[in-house]
Amino acid sequence: MTTATLETPAQAKPAKQKVILCEGNEAAALGVALARPDMVAVYPITPQSSLVEHVAKLIADGKMDADIVDAEGEHSVLSVLQGGALAGARTYTATCGPGLAFMFEPYFRTSGMRLPIVMSIVTRDGITPQSVWGGHQDAMTVREVGWVQVYCETVQEVLDTTIMAFKIAEHHDVMLPVNVCLDGNYLSYGTSRVELPDQAEVDAFMGVKDVNWHVALDPHRPMAVDPLTGGSGGKGPSTFVRYRKGQCRGMQNSLRVIEEVHEEWAQRFGRSFAPLVEEYRLDGADYAIMTLGSMTGAAKDAIDEARDAGRRVGLIKIKTFSPFPVEALMKSLGKVQAVGVVDRSVGFRWNCGPMYQETMGVLYRLGRHVPSMSFIGGLAGADITVGHFHRVIEATEKLLSAPAPIEPVWLNEKD
Amino acid sequence: MYEVRFHGRGGQGAVTAASMLAAALLEEGKYAVSIPSFGFERRGAPVVSFLRCSDREIRQLTNIYTPDCLICVDPTLARTVDIFGGLKPGGTLVQATHKPLAEVVLADTVGVVGLCDAIGIALEVFKRPITNTLMLGAFAKTTGIVSLAALQRSLEDSDFRDAGLKQNMVALERGYNETTVYTIERRVAA
Repeated sequence: MTTATLETPAQAKPAKQKVILCEGNEAAALGVALARPDMVAVYPITPQSSLVEHVAKLIADGKMDADIVDAEGEHSVLSVLQGGALAGARTYTATCGPGLAFMFEPYFRTSGMRLPIVMSIVTRDGITPQSVWGGHQDAMTVREVGWVQVYCETVQEVLDTTIMAFKIAEHHDVMLPVNVCLDGNYLSYGTSRVELPDQAEVDAFMGVKDVNWHVALDPHRPMAVDPLTGGSGGKGPSTFVRYRKGQCRGMQNSLRVIEEVHEEWAQRFGRSFAPLVEEYRLDGADYAIMTLGSMTGAAKDAIDEARDAGRRVGLIKIKTFSPFPVEALMKSLGKVQAVGVVDRSVGFRWNCGPMYQETMGVLYRLGRHVPSMSFIGGLAGADITVGHFHRVIEATEKLLSAPAPIEPVWLNEKD
Repeated sequence: MYEVRFHGRGGQGAVTAASMLAAALLEEGKYAVSIPSFGFERRGAPVVSFLRCSDREIRQLTNIYTPDCLICVDPTLARTVDIFGGLKPGGTLVQATHKPLAEVVLADTVGVVGLCDAIGIALEVFKRPITNTLMLGAFAKTTGIVSLAALQRSLEDSDFRDAGLKQNMVALERGYNETTVYTIERRVAA
């Protein structure tokens, strides 16, 4: 095993795990069913559609005991779930792209009300020019709204993380909504082998449900929810600060909770996923490439080939993007002399990828100069292949001896 | 790693075929990943899908550019689409056609050919030109990468039921039995 962070725990793998073949969207739906939400609300949109179709089928077939609301649009979907969450329900939905955009007003409200709603984003690129294909632009656009956002690499990780997301969201030190991001197309429709956890084991993992202890629509203990506050007089400013600071504290707490929940998952189910930041063949590396989501598989294959060819390169993968895992990433970046960051979306303001922009902040905190550069690829369904990653590795290696280019490299520009 | 690219037309089940083949390979203890092409699929329009299989875990979730094998479930497609792009030298073509080998469109890279009159058989079995399960049988016969028994088990576990399952089992077996395999001899350059 070349990855320090991916040691399989000593506990034996539980026997009762059925092996099935499914696509990422079906894996997400199966994870939702195993987490036993009380209520889901849905509106289909490509490439999310088959996910909510699978959820609807599981409910129709009696394999999942949840109320399903077929709302008239995404704004209503999330508003309906807010009511459900306030009444004590475990709630779930999924969306992407224009659906997420239409959902934005209640999306902002969800984190402020500290409602632990879980929502898959089957990531899709921004529209105009017209595109229905995958890319991280939608999730990146809403990264500053106080939701926890984690990105999955494999179909198995989608299934497992979807279940873990409820436990993270509902943890009393967090109480924040969670997005499980899975790449539209390659991960949503990619079909592979997954191990299906046993329901009783998942029930034991989830424990007793306790989601509406802090704010509730309860006639027996009436309370004002989402009060008007802020402004410049009276208790407005300090009340507003208390809310915002609480959100920020919940986000920071989530870093610890995400680690704890992943550890507990590994103990119980025998499958380990790096909770915040994964290092792959980073020890002994002079430089690293950074990835996010399903592109990472091809990147790991490229790293193996490059290592075989004598290049001293390793890989850093971000799983938890929001909150940004600053401390964990500092540890990883502390091991290398240069880094190339591959984004599947565009940061229009800095003319680079959004993850690259976040990484530059972490590099500043390192307190030493680490040359870095931004790569943008896989937009609107484009592929990022092992060949593309070899170009990334070669260009990043040059940073050890030559000035870093300011302009990003657009990986699919000449495809 | 063994890589397969399926070529078909929307409605013929090329995407489903890749997924069914992945299930059969899983039955045999192999790792398999299938990825459909993405787009506005329309009945009759050319579509592709991809399948990787290996004895080890497969990490790359990407399209396939240099396949070991092409499965073309439509007899007319090779006239309009370059199905041979990137095929590894000496690679395999499994082609639905009623034509003899001499009249089949081939590229220089093709080393092994499996031919099956899938449309003709499908019209007998389904009364419709659905060729995907047939061509999985043809693939098994041509390459031996997967066994007929594993394909049969994966069909039994699929969403097919009753008459539909029965028809597809017949199609699979006939695809296997009624495929002729040729090895292409090429003149070695002097």
